[in-house]
Amino acid sequence: MSLLVIENLSKIYKSKKKTIHALDNISLEVEKGDFVTITGPSGSGKTTLLLTLAGMIKPSSGKISFNDFHIEKASDRRLAGYRKKNVGFVMQSFALIPYLTALQNVMVPLSLVNSRSSIQKSKAKKVLEMVGLEDRIYHLPKELSAGQQQRVAIARALINNPSVIFADEPTGNLDPALSGEILKTFKEINSNQKITILMVTHSPQAAEYGNKNIRLCDGKLI
Amino acid sequence: MNIFKLVFLELMHRKSQLISGLVAIVLGIAVIVGIKTVTIHSEIAVAKKLDNLGANILVLPQGANIDDYYTADIDAPTIPMEYVERILTSSLQGVDNLSPKLTRRIEINGKKVVLTGIMPASEIASKPIWQTNGLQGNELKASCSPTKTENQDNGYKDEKLQRKVIDTLDINDCLVGSQIAITLSLKENDKITIEGKEFNVDKVLPETGTIDDDRIFAHLTAVQELLKLEGQISAIEIMGCCNAISDGLLNDLRNILPDTRITTISQIVATQIETNGMMNRLSFVFLIIIIFVGGISIGNYIWANVNERRKEIGTLRLIGAPKSYIYRILLLKAIVLGVFGGICGYILGTIAAVYLGPQVAQIEVFPITIYFWYSLIIAVVISIIGSLIPAYLAGKIEPYSNMQEV
Ligand SMILES: Nc1ncnc2c1ncn2[C@@H]1O[C@H](COP(=O)(O)OP(=O)(O)OP(=O)(O)O)[C@@H](O)[C@H]1O
Ligand SMILES: [Mg+2]
Repeated sequence: MSLLVIENLSKIYKSKKKTIHALDNISLEVEKGDFVTITGPSGSGKTTLLLTLAGMIKPSSGKISFNDFHIEKASDRRLAGYRKKNVGFVMQSFALIPYLTALQNVMVPLSLVNSRSSIQKSKAKKVLEMVGLEDRIYHLPKELSAGQQQRVAIARALINNPSVIFADEPTGNLDPALSGEILKTFKEINSNQKITILMVTHSPQAAEYGNKNIRLCDGKLI
Repeated sequence: MNIFKLVFLELMHRKSQLISGLVAIVLGIAVIVGIKTVTIHSEIAVAKKLDNLGANILVLPQGANIDDYYTADIDAPTIPMEYVERILTSSLQGVDNLSPKLTRRIEINGKKVVLTGIMPASEIASKPIWQTNGLQGNELKASCSPTKTENQDNGYKDEKLQRKVIDTLDINDCLVGSQIAITLSLKENDKITIEGKEFNVDKVLPETGTIDDDRIFAHLTAVQELLKLEGQISAIEIMGCCNAISDGLLNDLRNILPDTRITTISQIVATQIETNGMMNRLSFVFLIIIIFVGGISIGNYIWANVNERRKEIGTLRLIGAPKSYIYRILLLKAIVLGVFGGICGYILGTIAAVYLGPQVAQIEVFPITIYFWYSLIIAVVISIIGSLIPAYLAGKIEPYSNMQEV
């Protein structure tokens, strides 16, 4: 059975003058262990798709199931629980908490599942080591380079052993050399830990890291 | 990492905003604590004054300020000694002890002292007129039973008044208030020179907590001589039987002594009691005001904070924090603000009261610890109420704003 099953998914934004079909009748299946890259022009609905799959945006119609969990009709609590336990997020803007050190940022998801402080610390250190940041763990985000910040974000996404990682242009703010490193890290995570990855990207080279590529245009899958 | 640490680190991250968010609540609490602290001590001072006055009727010179009686200014007006005789010779019912006094503020060795001339009870009682009228205490007590409600009305107990009566005092002796005894380092049987005349310290009086502690009592005749005010007194303190007071003793006295001011102590303290009552009402009004102003300012602060943290709140939601976690973060923050605001407000208000009390209300003021807890509780409750709406709105923040706001 597929990990993620998406059926006829639509998201319509209505404003006074026009209605925007951010997602238009999308159907898709993602298998466990897939590395799906999502490309498409700006405004085509890539971010909307990831956020809807993560339960952050309620779809206008259609169904999404993660294993047997029906995302489109789950409560806020259940959705928070789903993200906390099964989902890791990596964003173009890193989205680190500015007043927490690298280590503390990585510990936050563990604190949400109430694990003990000492366990949080040792796990977070291990994951930061894995992404090559063991000598920067007490730095605040503003004291880190863009590439280092993105690696903290990846560490944070990995810390709860998620089944799936959603990455929205994770290399969009990085130079080509750093991008290559980050992408390699994703590839390793995907092949070593069998974590499913859905990654939005603008770059054709990045898109080649995936085993599946989908392309969106005006909210439609093409 | 836990929610408390998260809240704490965020607070530390934005310290300066914290201060502006707290100003209203700190000032509000400080004003209430200040007013209440001074008022409480003022009430205690009134009670002590009542307790220590030793009389319930005062005969003062016409036009004399009540304050003159306490502060004893150098040119305070006087009345002739002869008035004492007038009261004694009249056949007024209900006058128990009666004590003429002459009071002046003087300096001894550069220290300010209130010098009071008194007539010992034995000398008044020994006056023939006093005896022929047969106005001895026992008969009066019978009609002044403390069980009668009128007695309570005026707020004094006969026994307390009784102990103030000084029976004998030699012309060369003086009695020294406890505070003066310390400042001039005097003890019993020491010699002290007042305005050129040497006195023997007969006794150091126990501490009363009133102006009496700064007083030296000497024989009236001696004081009159020293101050060159022979035959003059500043006041007559009368202990009137309470029933007699309600039966019109004051009016009878006014008839005998037309050019004087005759007042009961309850009238004197009435103004102070009135002021205290006003202060209590004022602090209540302030309480209402800070509940609104403090609540709104904290709410406003939290809302500004929420807006600034939209991205961060979105991030937290994205990594799996439920709405309830966001509410808890903000309410915890409000509680911290409340605790901090309450403590600062209490300290500020108490310091203000301790320093300003003696200047504004002429009373000594000490911190009142129970107000610490009240301040804390009030400030925390106000903060929580003020932040409920912003917290609720924060829960509604759509996390995807996170991705589109780079
Ligand atoms: N909250 C919203 N209200 C109204 N319209 C929205 C909202 N969020 C997104 N849209 C619209 O939905 C469409 C898809 O947006 P989305 O952010 O998913 O695009 P994208 O493919 O991620 O673009 P980019 O590559 O620039 O990040 C766009 O036309 C956008 O304007
Ligand atoms: Mg996007």
